[in-house]
Amino acid sequence: MARTISFSEATLEAMREEMRRDPTVFLMGEDIAKQGGIFGQFKGLPDEFGLERVRDTPISEAALVGAGVGAALAGTRPVVDMHFADFITCSMDELVNQAAKLRYMFGEQCTVPLTLRAPDGITKSAGAQHSQSLESWFVHTPGLEVVIPASARDAKGLLKSAIRSDNPTLYFEHKSLFPRKGEVPDDDDFLIPIGKAETVRDGRDAVVITYGITVGRALEAAEQLARDERIDVRVVNLRTIWPLDYDAIADAVAATHRVAIAHEAVRVGGVGGEIAAFIAEHCFDDLDAPVVRLGAAHVPTPFAPNLQEAMYPRAPAIAAACRDLVRKSR
Amino acid sequence: MTYTLAPAAPLAEGEIALGKTLLQMMVRIRALEEGIERHFLAGEIPGFAHLSIGQEAVAAGVCAALRRDDYIASTHRGHGHTLAKGAAMKAMVAELFARSDGMCRGKGGSMHIADFSIGMLGANGVVAGGFGLVAGAALAARLRKTDQVAVCFFGDGATNRGPFHENLNLAAIWDLPALFVLENNRYASTTSTAETMKIEDVAIRADGYGMPARIVDGFDAVAVHHAALDAIGRARRGAGPTFIECKTYRVRGHYIGDPERYRTKDEVEAHKSDDPIVRLQARLAGELSQGEFEALWDAAKSEFAEALSFARASAPPETGEAFRGAYAGDRDPETPHGAFALREEASFAPFFSDAPSAGTGSVH
Ligand SMILES: Cc1ncc(C[n+]2csc(CCOP(=O)(O)OP(=O)(O)O)c2C)c(N)n1
Ligand SMILES: [Mg+2]
Repeated sequence: MARTISFSEATLEAMREEMRRDPTVFLMGEDIAKQGGIFGQFKGLPDEFGLERVRDTPISEAALVGAGVGAALAGTRPVVDMHFADFITCSMDELVNQAAKLRYMFGEQCTVPLTLRAPDGITKSAGAQHSQSLESWFVHTPGLEVVIPASARDAKGLLKSAIRSDNPTLYFEHKSLFPRKGEVPDDDDFLIPIGKAETVRDGRDAVVITYGITVGRALEAAEQLARDERIDVRVVNLRTIWPLDYDAIADAVAATHRVAIAHEAVRVGGVGGEIAAFIAEHCFDDLDAPVVRLGAAHVPTPFAPNLQEAMYPRAPAIAAACRDLVRKSR
Repeated sequence: MTYTLAPAAPLAEGEIALGKTLLQMMVRIRALEEGIERHFLAGEIPGFAHLSIGQEAVAAGVCAALRRDDYIASTHRGHGHTLAKGAAMKAMVAELFARSDGMCRGKGGSMHIADFSIGMLGANGVVAGGFGLVAGAALAARLRKTDQVAVCFFGDGATNRGPFHENLNLAAIWDLPALFVLENNRYASTTSTAETMKIEDVAIRADGYGMPARIVDGFDAVAVHHAALDAIGRARRGAGPTFIECKTYRVRGHYIGDPERYRTKDEVEAHKSDDPIVRLQARLAGELSQGEFEALWDAAKSEFAEALSFARASAPPETGEAFRGAYAGDRDPETPHGAFALREEASFAPFFSDAPSAGTGSVH
């Protein structure tokens, strides 16, 4: 059985179920308990779990993440909300030098079961300091897991897995996805395993390897190409970007021979580069055309709506990339 | 430390002119922000906008004590500071409307409004983003051997972040020509400040860094101004930074559209009498006729109306602007930055909404 609920409600269910299941799970962040979160994603949690386990904090991101790491070392499973992903920058030492390194550096004496929730992405002229997708920084930092849901179903399954993970896990949730509705299984133990990609659309002519909000844009492109041009595009939703599902990537290349990689984060230095390099190293013989990467332009996100909409890949750009891949190699 | 708030007595004769100047500035800020509120709600202003209605005395009082070449850094709630520092209202409104004639070319908006021509180093989307900018600007003034001063405006919430503490200490140990102006409006977003600090007067935090601090009635533009004048004089003389806590209140929502579930209507109503415009008008008593007061308002409203027409007549930025401006040199195709900007623009151009046909074209 499944129900149709919003992405925001899906995260709320995940929180509720994990907090019921494990009394050591607690949540902290700015303006979350009394206000219920900017996207309504924490509504009602204090009623059930109290203000001891659902904590409003001062504007002190370094303390939030730092104390989250400390609490994780000492027998709890903290979920820390960053308000906006952009403010992770205010707690980089705590995340990069502490959370990511302690287990390895201290000879596996500890685990850091911390979940960091970070609403990210470009939306509604929020401007340069409230529109970033910073995930590639954390893929580059050994010791962290990075998951990025694309749907309500992903949102629930990945958040539950993040909370249960014994590693520090960043959970990037796109601001524009919160109101979107989707089907979510009823099962209380529905989990999406960390490190496993999903083929969300079959296709033989090309594959778009993507994650997060760009999965929807890729599906839109694929539908258009199937309908109007008889081009049959597969779409792979990575769901986790570290650890990457390299096997799923290799399988998709072998099945389609033409690859576009798409994300909303800046293309230069982005996760797409790691995937493209892997394909070049390990799947070269399967390719019928050079790999194409799509991502935002190498600029901060501008405020003006017309500029904002011009600098990251939307469905028409993804469709054009697939069309070119197919045309060039026929 | 003990602090007392001065009762709002009628202004002394020597202060009448000052009082009128401050009143005029507050009325201009109010007219600007009431206009912003209307046009935001009408859907003409994209993004977020935070209003400083009720807090104008701080911007007006402090900035009237500054020179054009002094620096200020602001917050997400920065319209008042920007206007009071001397920015042109029309370029501000054009910026909020995301137009090419906006002071940031439509790339900043309300939350990142800035006017470097008058030393206004920007509103800031990151709480506590201004502290370092101000400490650094003050350091640069010292190194360049000018007598410029740098002022940081910030909220109570910002004083719970590390950069507040680090930069106050830095400014204090180096005797930097800086002024730290706290607008304690009792809330940080939806959270009452009483819940995020154990102290009533944030000013005592300055003590910990050996920085002199004062508390002033933040609804009283004249009181704010006097405190700022003293502090700025001290900074210009090389005697070091000062902290001023302005006790004020945010009567509007945190942002335009805030449902304000975190406080009662009665609480907000109780602060209506603290309106700094009403308060200063009262202190000017017999020295300002109703006609003069209305003339101030008429002038401010027509200034906004002109700014609005200017903004509406201004075109949106050209789409290619999206790809330029991050780097010095990126408008010159001969530089590496400029060459790359051209490539980026070319790859996205087929998909611009005004592109001839959003069809083929490759993305790298
Ligand atoms: C580093 C950081 N954390 C959180 C936010 C989200 N945020 C924006 S304004 C605000 C409240 C700021 O309160 P205060 O400093 O008192 O200023 P006020 O809004 O009252 O003027 C918060 C939490 C942010 N912009 N930056
Ligand atoms: Mg405040």
